[in-house]
Amino acid sequence: MAEQEDRPGGDGTGFFSSVDDVVGRLAEVGYLASTAVATTVFLADRLGKPLLVEGPAGVGKTELAKAVARVGGARLVRLQCYEGIDESRALYEWNHAKQLLRITAGRDESWDDTRTDIFSDEFLLTRPLLTAIRGDEPTVLLIDETDKADVEVEGLLLEVLSDFQVTVPELGTITATRRPFTVLTSNATRELSEALRRRCLFLHLDFPDAELEQRIVRLKVPGLDAVLADSLVRVIAALRAMELRKAPSVAETIDWARTLLALGADTLDESVVRDSLGVVLKHQDDIAKAAQGLTLL
Amino acid sequence: MSTQDAPASTVLPERLTAFVRALRGHGIRVGPAETVDAAAVLQVLGLADRERIREGLAAALLRADRQRTVFDATFDLYFPLGTGELAATRAAPAADLTELRDRLAEALAANDASALTQLAGEAVDMLGGYGPTGSSGPTGTGGWSAHQTLDRLRPQTLLARVLASGRTGGSGGTDGSGASGGSGASGGFTERLEADEIRRRIEDFRGRVRGEARRRVAERRGTDEIARRGVAPSADQVDFLVANREQLAELRRTLQPLARKLATRLTARRRRAARGQIDIRRTLRRSLSTGGVPLRPAHRRHRPARPEIVLLCDVSGSAAGFANFTMLLVQAMRDQFSRVRVYAFVNRVDEVTRLITTGGADPAGLGHRIATEATVSGWHGSSDYGSALGEFAERHLDAVGPRTSVLVLGDARTNGFDPNVPALRRIAARARRVHWLNPEGPAHWGTGDSAAHAYAEVVDMHACRNARRLGELVTRLLPV
Repeated sequence: MAEQEDRPGGDGTGFFSSVDDVVGRLAEVGYLASTAVATTVFLADRLGKPLLVEGPAGVGKTELAKAVARVGGARLVRLQCYEGIDESRALYEWNHAKQLLRITAGRDESWDDTRTDIFSDEFLLTRPLLTAIRGDEPTVLLIDETDKADVEVEGLLLEVLSDFQVTVPELGTITATRRPFTVLTSNATRELSEALRRRCLFLHLDFPDAELEQRIVRLKVPGLDAVLADSLVRVIAALRAMELRKAPSVAETIDWARTLLALGADTLDESVVRDSLGVVLKHQDDIAKAAQGLTLL
Repeated sequence: MSTQDAPASTVLPERLTAFVRALRGHGIRVGPAETVDAAAVLQVLGLADRERIREGLAAALLRADRQRTVFDATFDLYFPLGTGELAATRAAPAADLTELRDRLAEALAANDASALTQLAGEAVDMLGGYGPTGSSGPTGTGGWSAHQTLDRLRPQTLLARVLASGRTGGSGGTDGSGASGGSGASGGFTERLEADEIRRRIEDFRGRVRGEARRRVAERRGTDEIARRGVAPSADQVDFLVANREQLAELRRTLQPLARKLATRLTARRRRAARGQIDIRRTLRRSLSTGGVPLRPAHRRHRPARPEIVLLCDVSGSAAGFANFTMLLVQAMRDQFSRVRVYAFVNRVDEVTRLITTGGADPAGLGHRIATEATVSGWHGSSDYGSALGEFAERHLDAVGPRTSVLVLGDARTNGFDPNVPALRRIAARARRVHWLNPEGPAHWGTGDSAAHAYAEVVDMHACRNARRLGELVTRLLPV
């Protein structure tokens, strides 16, 4: 339809025009992107390849997909993976109950009529993957925590992610009229298969650098004093440099900033840090170690 | 999209494929499809912004985060900031070492990344050259050494100075010899972090100097060769026996994710194992109801027992890094086993399970704690496998039962003492399985004072030189 977007091969989702455009428009919806994130999002958008985002919990993997959806004015289709998820949960399923009702209702019809009827759109329950492919409107497909799903599901994803098509035996092959912008997230609890990785652009989302994290804190917790935000981010950086069981992520930084705001603290001092350390660190060993490292006691 | 980079159209594919070859040389599997992707990336991004190209190529070529350090170092070689002396360096070169150190101190205090890069260039140019480095000279013996540069520049000695300058700017001028007790009233809390922050910046600057020296040498000797030899391998491929302190620290940082990953694999194996075995008796019994045809096979019920693990670790000298890492790994995976017991030895055996359980909070100090709090050596400090195994078989054999898997960690170098193979045989007879993980490659087994072959006759011996191999072995060997 639009001649800009339909380049040969039909690839590309056409949300963004340049890397700077990505940075600017993601910032408008409240997602501050680093160079790595902006570049990779732009490439995924341009090359029409799925984006595999890996990284520790709480650095904004899922948030990235949501932000892209907001920017593109696209609907967000989310497939949450879990152990035991299968084709009928991810792709499509026939509505058996309704099919049975249909068969009983049309008792005197010939079998051929019934068959063509009960295997039609009306009786098809579309699940996220098929939903994302079928629509005409711009779509962001988020496949969350891909590593939690079983290996068999990856095989299912291969067809969807490489050609953006789904084969339903009774209906034929359904091809995407408009490619969804696809984001897969993973916590790396299990190595995803090489075949799946090969089809994706890879982005490792790590903790942001100090400057970016400060901007994130100021954006998310606007009431916080700039000096306090600065020292907060520095303490977090020091905590991450220690060998902790669970290093604090961005989500924890923001939580801490909110806590400090609620406590009405205007500077960081020993007692404030000691009392609120539990917001940032979730293991008792870590708290003890951090207290020692920061010479709190 | 744009064709503005037409003149580069012949050079660029060549550079890209050479870059890809270098990555392959470091064990990063990059197929032709990825190379084509990378070319598409270059086309879409253009050649204007180097950092974006770096990120774009990483997105197209890499498949795991552990490959990133190798990628970055190689990228700097194939897509360098410039050639020869960098333009900015030529503009305002420092007159002498003192001025260079002054400016470095300033840049460190301000944390100015571009200034630090430029100073790294200047430093290598001024201090790092050896041999005939003239730009017109033949490609001979000359070059640039990062080690020499850092040796002469001694950036670590700037710490006190940078700290002091930071404080006079902020609050009252205390002398900057470390994090002083927090008597400062306002903003005093973050002061204690400063020393560590600056130490990290200095470490970062050293990295920049190393990269710069590599780039300069690569220009002289050919990029391909330096990419092959000069780029350090990623942490999980570093040989345990030659790993230095930083590499071991980096390995420890990968410990928790690795443990989680291995636990997931073990769980998957356990599930498969529970499904796999057919219970003949119950299947036949069931087939009676279908006229003797076994329509529904019955699977053997999996006993909900988890295996027991006994680790027997050589903690002497060079093998200590390997042993400590493995101990921490097994400890991190402890919920996969019903019981984990760890014994350490040099020439005497002592149980150290409790040290490791409490040691989760301070993995770096583990080696030291074992050396001071456990009795691992007798009259001398060199390892003696014979007497250690003998003592274990004598005093601790009740820890080993028919459900126990024993892992022996060590290089099997007996320092000429009696290897005492019968003791190992006694342990093996009692245990379910005994595996020996040897940080040396098979080529070195049996050379010098190594009794590896003698032990290998009694138990399975596996070479385990780096963390990646250890991960493979742990998932394969441990019973489920």
